[in-house]
Amino acid sequence: MSTDTHLIRGARILGGEPADVRIADGTVAEIGTGLTPDGAEVIEADGQILLPGLVDLHTHLREPGREDSETVLTGTRAAAAGGYTAVHAMANTFPVADTAGVVEQVWRLGKESGYCDVQPVGAVTIGLEGKQLAELGAMHDSAASVRVFSDDGKCVDDAVIMRRALEYVKAFDGVVAQHAQEPRLTEGAQMNEGVVSAELGLGGWPAVAEEAIIARDVLLAAHVDSRLHICHLSTAGSVEIVRWAKSKGWNVTAEVTPHHLLLTDELVRSYDPVYKVNPPLRTEADVMALREALADGTIDCVATDHAPHPHEDKDCEWGAAAMGMLGLETALSVVQHTMVDTGLLDWAGVADRMSFRPAAIGRLAGHGRPVSVGEPANLTLVDPSYRGAVDSARFASRSRNTPYQGRELPGRVTHTFLRGRATVMDGKLV
Amino acid sequence: MKRHLISAADLTRDDAVLILDTAEELARVADRTIRKLPTLRGRTVVNLFFEDSTRTRISFEAAAKRLSADVINFSAKGSSVSKGESLKDTALTLEAMGADAVVIRHHDSGAPHRLATSGWIGGSVVNAGDGTHEHPTQALLDAFTLRRRLVGGADGGVGRDLAGRRVTIVGDILHSRVARSGVHLLTTLGAEVTLVAPPTLVPIGAGRWPCEVSYDLDAVLPKSDAVMMLRVQRERMQAAFFPTEREYARRYGLDGRRMARMPDHAVVMHPGPMNRGMEITAEVADSDRCTAVEQVANGVSIRMAVLYLLLSGAESAVGTPAPTPTRSEETE
Amino acid sequence: MNGDNSTDDDNTGETAPARPVLEAPDIARVLTRIAHEIVERAKGADDVVLLGIPTRGTHLARRLGAKLEEITGRPLPVGSLDITMYRDDLRMRPARALARTEIPAEGIDGRLVVLVDDVLFSGRTIRAALDALNDIGRPRAVQLAVLVDRGHRELPIRADYVGKNLPTSLRETVKVRLTEEDGRDGVLLGVRGTTPAGER
Repeated sequence: MSTDTHLIRGARILGGEPADVRIADGTVAEIGTGLTPDGAEVIEADGQILLPGLVDLHTHLREPGREDSETVLTGTRAAAAGGYTAVHAMANTFPVADTAGVVEQVWRLGKESGYCDVQPVGAVTIGLEGKQLAELGAMHDSAASVRVFSDDGKCVDDAVIMRRALEYVKAFDGVVAQHAQEPRLTEGAQMNEGVVSAELGLGGWPAVAEEAIIARDVLLAAHVDSRLHICHLSTAGSVEIVRWAKSKGWNVTAEVTPHHLLLTDELVRSYDPVYKVNPPLRTEADVMALREALADGTIDCVATDHAPHPHEDKDCEWGAAAMGMLGLETALSVVQHTMVDTGLLDWAGVADRMSFRPAAIGRLAGHGRPVSVGEPANLTLVDPSYRGAVDSARFASRSRNTPYQGRELPGRVTHTFLRGRATVMDGKLV
Repeated sequence: MKRHLISAADLTRDDAVLILDTAEELARVADRTIRKLPTLRGRTVVNLFFEDSTRTRISFEAAAKRLSADVINFSAKGSSVSKGESLKDTALTLEAMGADAVVIRHHDSGAPHRLATSGWIGGSVVNAGDGTHEHPTQALLDAFTLRRRLVGGADGGVGRDLAGRRVTIVGDILHSRVARSGVHLLTTLGAEVTLVAPPTLVPIGAGRWPCEVSYDLDAVLPKSDAVMMLRVQRERMQAAFFPTEREYARRYGLDGRRMARMPDHAVVMHPGPMNRGMEITAEVADSDRCTAVEQVANGVSIRMAVLYLLLSGAESAVGTPAPTPTRSEETE
Repeated sequence: MNGDNSTDDDNTGETAPARPVLEAPDIARVLTRIAHEIVERAKGADDVVLLGIPTRGTHLARRLGAKLEEITGRPLPVGSLDITMYRDDLRMRPARALARTEIPAEGIDGRLVVLVDDVLFSGRTIRAALDALNDIGRPRAVQLAVLVDRGHRELPIRADYVGKNLPTSLRETVKVRLTEEDGRDGVLLGVRGTTPAGER
């Protein structure tokens, strides 16, 4: 068991010079060199990187309704193992999180789990059906204090509903997180539309179906002067539109998933449904544009779109398989591999894209704070020199649908602290 | 070691010629009083059909039976499959029954690939058409028909490929597994392939295929040694792929007037079933130049050849390599 | 192509240099003798059909046919009979290409079919040929002509016409070379390096 006082020795805060950090009473109590234990549990962290606890804007915890794939408890354990101290739980549960009652239930389950903070996301429309606004105000006023609203899994494709939602949430500083997918252009879509889909005979999910919605929504957000967040941006064209919107000074933010930073539609040639995800894996050119956009800040943050599915939903033919892949326990490794080891981002940049900015977008108090004295001790310690193959058998998640099984990825979360309490010690959940 | 036939792209030129040559020999069995060979005695071939396709199923069935294999027809309709049993569980059942080969027709692209690579079954997998992906035996029988008609000679062109022959494939390329397999196989055999369709029915990305794409049938016809008309489903009209049947037929259908633009030796092919009045007129369908009936007969010979080459030996002579090569001892 | 379809002729695994046992003139001479024997035993060979077993048996059948025509003054139906699909060892070898079966237009019903092969060894090829014949028609009688009989039969089969009896050990190989296939005529006796699994 962990004690409440820890002394982290020799860690490089955000990749800077080695320092000692004392954690006490749930906060960062002291930062210096040559600190003495004074009864604290000592963690030797030579060569390791100390980051603010990671914050995920896009997690599917599946509870209530699909507890066979994940629960709030297993999902938050997976989050802690991946270095996260807060996750936003998406609304597409059964029942849908479109009322104060459901979001409070998820929020309470998060509190009980104790592994990381769970901030429920509220549905924009009732039943994610895109027709009638859900009680956004009631969800905000509930104990869950919902500020991020999304019909994720489905696009708010009706322009009027989208406009109203963007306007309405201004009253409580909310944000609409759009799953950008023009539904008519993606009927029967199975993978990215392009050279590979033509060969494989799988229904195409064209880039334009994402870009058209993003283009419309940034214009709507500008028109009504609201905050817009784009979920799992996946194409080079989307990057161009967001870059243009930001250049106008519009209040638009965007996220990218780890898998869209690494994997391409070439993998679909195996017809292995572990690579089936929505939005689909795109091309090499898209991957490179997304990395560049994350590096230059056009894309604000990395969000996992952690989407657990039971084995049988992936152990089948492509067409019958569910869309989505796990992300929480591999996100930091993928980001190190694609952004840090390639020189695109330093560790301070990682802290920004995986903690500061997502917390700011979600208006999450107590997370995404600098590592300095007096701040809440939501911290993640990473060993960047670690190299190892991903083994889903060791995942804390209830599901196993990772696209990285057996793939060698760098970096390992050795410790995670949630308000000073260790949730992960020496790479193991506490 | 190769065990499956999933995609025409898996076949080398020599593989393809071997299959055609074998089919040419096996076609002669059809002329005998006893149209049966003992070669696959004691082997079990399962026809696993998740889509109705009586034509393809009976063709495979006749092929397997002429080689003396035991044939089990497993249709998804009215079976536990329609009650939600997964492909995996169906496959495990077939494996338990000792299927040496599974001939699979499935509405999902990639289902045969999944079946062959998942480890669910140990037998050979033959793709009898998957979604809008491939239909390799159809491409083989088309190539066989073309070789007989265009390369020909008394021996049907044995040992030769389709080098330099110009084949035009017309119609719903986007949704056609026949076209995908055809492009792979015909180009492997040296033919020059041109696809003709309204732009709405040409897949995005087809520009990278080893063939030409044209929207003008009349311009291509005089340069074609063979024209393959694909079935166009009327439902496509509802999805706005083209305005009306009449307009489709006018721009992309083959009628007598258009056929007259083809060289004298050129043939008209159709994988069937035909939509007379849509992609092909009765005049063309019933003409001597139309090989549709021949294609059906050739289908049995091709499928016999495929089953023979995949199943008869300790290791197959053609097709997809097995995922885990367990090479048998050389006995030659 | 997998080449020679004869189970009885082993062309692989040889290490020691092969020794010729029949040269080109010898082959011509024994074929002439066999042709005469056929005419004699078949009383003029009026209803004889020669079926060679591919690949070299087919060439030998054609040569025999030509000799018979010289003797009788009439052309004689010559064809080929591929036995691949009837082999009993299909499962033990890689799948193989088929050779040509060419049944003369006259058919074989009621006729005297003389099967022609290069080497008679285990007898399994001939067993397969008899099965194949059975599916094609009903000959009056079937006879067998071979260039070389090397012994070691595994089935109750014997040849009616033998070019040369060649007692061999199982470690030895017999190779028949024919101009049509190999550019020259000859029968070579060698020693194989390893004991083959073969059809045994």
